[in-house]
Amino acid sequence: MTALLEVANVSKSFTGLRAVADVSFSVPQGSLFAVIGPNGAGKTTLFNLIAGVFAPDSGTIAFAGARIDGLRPDQVCRRGIGRTFQLVRPFPTLTVEDNVMIGALLRHSDPPQALRRAHDVLWRLDLFDKRAQLAGALTLPDRKRLEVARALATEPKLLLLDEVMAGLRPTETDRMVEILKKLNGEGGLTILLIEHVMRAVMSLATHVLVLHHGAAIAEGAPEEVVRDPAVIHSYLGTEAM
Amino acid sequence: MIGRLLYDVPRHALWLLGLVLVGLIAAPLFANDYLLTVLILILYFAYTGQAWNILMGFAGQLSLGHALYVGLGAYVAAALYVHYGIGPWIGLPVAILISVASGAIIGFLAFRFGVAGVYFAILTIAFCEFARIGFDHLGWLGGSGGMFLPVSNHTQNDLWHLRGQPVMFYYLILLLTVLAFVLCHLMLRSRVGYFWQAIREDEEAARSLGIATFRYKMAAILVSSAMTAPAGVFYAFYYNNLFPEQTFFILRSIEIILGPIIGGVGTLFGPVIGAFVITGLSEALQELLTLYGFDTPGAKRVFYGVCLLVVVMVLPNGIWPPLARLLRLGRRRDTTERQP
Repeated sequence: MTALLEVANVSKSFTGLRAVADVSFSVPQGSLFAVIGPNGAGKTTLFNLIAGVFAPDSGTIAFAGARIDGLRPDQVCRRGIGRTFQLVRPFPTLTVEDNVMIGALLRHSDPPQALRRAHDVLWRLDLFDKRAQLAGALTLPDRKRLEVARALATEPKLLLLDEVMAGLRPTETDRMVEILKKLNGEGGLTILLIEHVMRAVMSLATHVLVLHHGAAIAEGAPEEVVRDPAVIHSYLGTEAM
Repeated sequence: MIGRLLYDVPRHALWLLGLVLVGLIAAPLFANDYLLTVLILILYFAYTGQAWNILMGFAGQLSLGHALYVGLGAYVAAALYVHYGIGPWIGLPVAILISVASGAIIGFLAFRFGVAGVYFAILTIAFCEFARIGFDHLGWLGGSGGMFLPVSNHTQNDLWHLRGQPVMFYYLILLLTVLAFVLCHLMLRSRVGYFWQAIREDEEAARSLGIATFRYKMAAILVSSAMTAPAGVFYAFYYNNLFPEQTFFILRSIEIILGPIIGGVGTLFGPVIGAFVITGLSEALQELLTLYGFDTPGAKRVFYGVCLLVVVMVLPNGIWPPLARLLRLGRRRDTTERQP
């Protein structure tokens, strides 16, 4: 498998705090890559570096063979990286349909065509029946799926998901896992996700990267990573043994 | 073109709209001079409100200095006419150009350096104040003593030089208002309109969807200032006098935004309904008070205040959204169920 995303020796500090320290990894094409780690490990900062919210202090990020570090978020999105936010950010006074259509308008400048495209995505995310509702009136699970739908409508090659399972009940989590598996399996979409819900990580991920204090402490297949003593010590807790 | 204009408008909304338009076209047949003057004022505020609404209602950038673009449009067209005898229709593009240039400067300063929210509003006030003070000292434009367009009693309407009866001005501002309405409808239903709304709702989320927010916010202020300038040209040739203290006064900017706020910010009909409510009712109130022998010069301002208060408390989204629901004038969309 060739690497779709290549992160090399990336560091980022915020006035003395090293949020991400010399992290390297590569996300293979077609994989479901999970980044896990305790709170404050630098997961979201790493995401924001990839998505263009911040430029790294040092290191490089390459997507599909081209450097993307230092690009603006909208430029990164146009290159083919879609993202969701940990705290969902729907366009609250617009309908679900319009929310997703705005994402689709990136690649289809004609609104009726973008609307058709949005309907396809809504269908896949189980939101088609709620398309006329205002996004601000949705429940959290629906909003989480809307967040994914909107990012998906930009037709990304790589989807960055920032804790899309957080706050979901187990049945909702399973529903989301099914959707993501389908997107990855049938659609061939590469997915990079930050996740706390180990149940989801274990059933989804093909690769896992563990961050702790901004540094990568383990990487590999999920079954190997959860047996790693350093990971158990810093994140999973000794009772996981 | 027509298909795009109407693809999601309910049929009975078109009938209603047509009816209103016919009523407005026929109005001069029935209205006396006073009523016609009030209607001109209403349409003037509907037009400027529509232009302001592009920047605030669509793109979410609060301008409290739209009097600047009115004033620049007015002064440019008036100066060209008074000093060089250049008619308003030639002056119009020049007025738009200068208005857009000032919008570009404000927009660039604000959006390039991340000035947003109230700070953006303050910036727009500041530029309008610069103009007010600056024009006070521009002798060529009459300074604080004002600039006057030559007035004579016209029996014949001269459309080319915009000299004539109120009826001519009425149809002119009606045409402008209709054009602005159609243009705004088109923009709102196009890619740029959706992108503006995304920026209004959440700029960071918009950026993450690939929207170049700086470019689209610039587009909003350029279109808005361009659309506001013709109102200035109209103002100059209708009133025939311009004073910096009045033209660029902050109250002029506030008057522009009252209509859309009361009617519904971000909606197409908001500025129109708001202008009818606020200008129409306040003029009616004034008339009524005079009729019953009350001499209350501040009544209009008090009425503005009460109107705002009631709308903010009872209808925080303005009059239009609940009215649209009542008349079932929402968007018509393909409701057929889709097979998986």
